[in-house]
Amino acid sequence: MAVVAEAQFHVLAVDDSLMDRKLIERLLKTSSFQVTAVDSGSRALEVLGLSEGLTSSSAVSPAHNEIEVNLVITDYCMPGMTGYDLLKKIKVQLMLPHISISWTCFERFMGSLFVSHQGSSSLKDIPVVIMSSENVPSRINRCLEGGAQEFFLKPVQLSDMKRLRPHILKGKSKEQQPQEEETSSTSNKRKAMDEELSPERRRLKLSNYSLI
Amino acid sequence: MPLMALRERLNVLVNSMFLEGLLDQQFRQLQMLQDASSPGFVAEVITLFCEDSERMLTELTKLLDQAVVDYQKVDAYVHQLKGSSSSVGAQNVKLACIQFKQFCEENNKEGCLSALNMVKHQYYSLRSKFDTMLQLEQRIQAYDSEQQN
Repeated sequence: MAVVAEAQFHVLAVDDSLMDRKLIERLLKTSSFQVTAVDSGSRALEVLGLSEGLTSSSAVSPAHNEIEVNLVITDYCMPGMTGYDLLKKIKVQLMLPHISISWTCFERFMGSLFVSHQGSSSLKDIPVVIMSSENVPSRINRCLEGGAQEFFLKPVQLSDMKRLRPHILKGKSKEQQPQEEETSSTSNKRKAMDEELSPERRRLKLSNYSLI
Repeated sequence: MPLMALRERLNVLVNSMFLEGLLDQQFRQLQMLQDASSPGFVAEVITLFCEDSERMLTELTKLLDQAVVDYQKVDAYVHQLKGSSSSVGAQNVKLACIQFKQFCEENNKEGCLSALNMVKHQYYSLRSKFDTMLQLEQRIQAYDSEQQN
């Protein structure tokens, strides 16, 4: 029997309904994901190492419990912070207004200053999926335009779980992917990726723990 | 009662619930998610659904009892109830909630009161069958754990 566990992807599920949390948890676990389920956007931000109103820089602390999250799946309709609000907070980590330089320059500059609590990829690269019981096209578009990777209609089905993996893999650091594509045949691609990600992830995690 | 007979009884009950429209395909999804690693999953979800629903029905009754009805709050609870019933596969309850939402949007108190009664009726019919289902499940689980010892 193989002793080494396959690297599992960790999904953060956010829903204010206990029932729906149980459901999404079961769906995700059945699909071999590791799951952390929370009941609000603010709890989700805590898990991600971002407190409301703070940027990722101020969340730096050696004692901080780091949990690596590979995907966030959140309900849209929640009291307080909606799923859309949470999406925006994740995608737009930095709250510095009125800076008129190009966004990519800015990102690269700022990226070199901040410690990422997500190891190999920065927080805003974490794919976010939004769930809703209501099929409102304008809502769906708003979410997708806001950076959500997918929009699931509730109740979420087992078949929807397949739609998560491609986004998780894209969210991983880009340096890893070409390497894996070279060394594995298409039929073993996913398995090989899973096996190789684990040590890679660890190495990249360590190298990101420096503040210039 | 032997295990086979218990299982048969449970199947007949669940099938009749599908035929009567009490349950829809979402319930089948829940059944698919139950396995050896999570044998009590369906029972857990059903229990949560019942607790949630009864709490909301109580709140809705209170809200509609007011002289001036706060339709926003009513709508919020109906929305939640519709969501949970949809998640568990409680078709008739969900349909009754959809009707309820309509009346709510129209701020129609009489409509809301009659819709609430309908939701209650559907919910309690479902609830009694769920109770029987859970009892059968428990007896089946007891057999399985006996056999493991």
